[in-house]
Amino acid sequence: MADDNISYGFETLAVHAGAAPDPVTGSRATPIHQTTSFVFDDVDHAASLFNLQAFGNIYTRLTNPTVAVLEQRLAGLEGGRGAVAAASGHAAQLMAFHVLMEAGDHFIAAKQLYGGSLTQFGQSFKKFGWEGTTVDATNVQNFRDAMRPNTKAIFIENLANPGGVVVDLEAVAAVAHEAGIPLIVDNTLATPFLCRPFEWGADIAVHSLTKFLGGHGNSLGGMIVESGKFDWAQNDKYPALTQPNPSYHGLKFFETFGDMAYSVAIRALSLRDLGPALSPTNAFYILNGIETLPLRMERHCDNALKVAEFLEGHAKVDWVSYAGLKSSPYYDLGQKYLPRGAGAVFTFGVKGGFESGVTLVENVELFSHLANIGDTRSLIIHPASTTHRQLEEAELIAAGAGPDVVRLSVGIENVEDIIRDLDQALAKV
Amino acid sequence: MNHDRYEDDYIRGILRETEVIAMVGASSNWNRPSYFAMKYLQRKHFRVIPVNPREAGNKILGETVYAALADIPDKIDMVDVFRNSEAAGPIADEAIAVGAKTLWMQLGVRNDAAAERAEAAGLRVVMNRCPKIEFGRLSREIGWMGINTGVISSKRRSKI
Repeated sequence: MADDNISYGFETLAVHAGAAPDPVTGSRATPIHQTTSFVFDDVDHAASLFNLQAFGNIYTRLTNPTVAVLEQRLAGLEGGRGAVAAASGHAAQLMAFHVLMEAGDHFIAAKQLYGGSLTQFGQSFKKFGWEGTTVDATNVQNFRDAMRPNTKAIFIENLANPGGVVVDLEAVAAVAHEAGIPLIVDNTLATPFLCRPFEWGADIAVHSLTKFLGGHGNSLGGMIVESGKFDWAQNDKYPALTQPNPSYHGLKFFETFGDMAYSVAIRALSLRDLGPALSPTNAFYILNGIETLPLRMERHCDNALKVAEFLEGHAKVDWVSYAGLKSSPYYDLGQKYLPRGAGAVFTFGVKGGFESGVTLVENVELFSHLANIGDTRSLIIHPASTTHRQLEEAELIAAGAGPDVVRLSVGIENVEDIIRDLDQALAKV
Repeated sequence: MNHDRYEDDYIRGILRETEVIAMVGASSNWNRPSYFAMKYLQRKHFRVIPVNPREAGNKILGETVYAALADIPDKIDMVDVFRNSEAAGPIADEAIAVGAKTLWMQLGVRNDAAAERAEAAGLRVVMNRCPKIEFGRLSREIGWMGINTGVISSKRRSKI
């Protein structure tokens, strides 16, 4: 058979992984299975499905054939064992922790995270009794120092949003494994095209599919991928995976499902009880987007580097934080972990502070002024006057959103057009 | 042969040619992994004959339980070992004695000396794998749970 045990290239996986012609109809594109429920063959079949003894569909909150193609696509691209989709990146993060944490447990997160993640961890996770410590991820020792007996995971962004910070993934993975806990990496900004965290020792990858993977700014989605390599039974930290589960009549997930236990448990426990399933229609749009991910990421990164170089030389710009620039303190880590490009989201400081930032975002014509990243279109935001408006100046600076900070998500348009637009807007500052 | 990884064709060939599986260490407890695997394989049209001395004479999923492989009156294509790696040694010798064509050791079970003896006797050997998971992977059914099958094909098919 031609398909046996061939390691396909990333670009091939981006188009094909998880998808196959429909066995009944022959449909080549992945059909949108816009249905809530699936019929059982008989009572025994239903019982087998509910008891996790057969593979099959029950209800779209748990599994859906369109969503499953997307899950396999991400598992393939990350080189992982299995994946579970979620309604958003935030929902994916919630479920990634849900099977690991009990009330009273602790986790360590990088301080250099998307602001929405810091809020989720600091506010909503606290209500579940999950305590997070945030540390400066640019010094790996900080993770070791923050470790406690009840620490259940480390969470980082390998390429942090928005600061252009590249974290030393391999070193942080080693700290996690010394403590017998998994490293969770938010790989949203890099995407598996630029970095595959499992190759550096990470155990779990989470994504907002809403960004570069979907890539067109039209659908929310999230994903959790597991490497399948973490030994959940090496200690007694993960009872949800190693102890008998009362809602499945004493089933032990790790014993029964082995290297896919984590993703099966997220599906059987977290999706079942928390409920943030991805819509099949969104899965279809995101699948379409992923087919061109390699092409888009190459263009995104090429454009971003040219725009960063332009801004670095601009008289009205104080600084540019982009790991692809040789002036960046993260350039070397970027070369190691992101050799194909440092992504397309970065920040820079415009001279004149708050008022200049406002003038800039109000005078762009091609850039869209909005609070998203990873669109085909170039996007711009001035956090101090929008997303971080409630904060005082000291808080703004601590959050990496000082009054002069402007964030770009460089799109795949003609790069000369992108630069010309910034140039004319900066001229009005 | 190398038992660290198997070609898909090797596993596929075994599963296609197997009709009757003797499952050593089959449990009557429905939440044990062996029960899961037996129930799944039955739905995939394998006949699975349970072997477990403590359950001999009872029935599991409609099949009579035997105390030992030698007690089974029917022909056996595959012996599936749901016991630990050490126990797999004597089971391999029994599998050779009853004329099985394949010796299959479950996830986490590996006994290289037993595998060598079985291979010398002409049996095909798989270790540290689950036939349920492999069947589900090769048929892509396991992908319905978001599990990476590693299978890419532009062909329209639903069998393994």
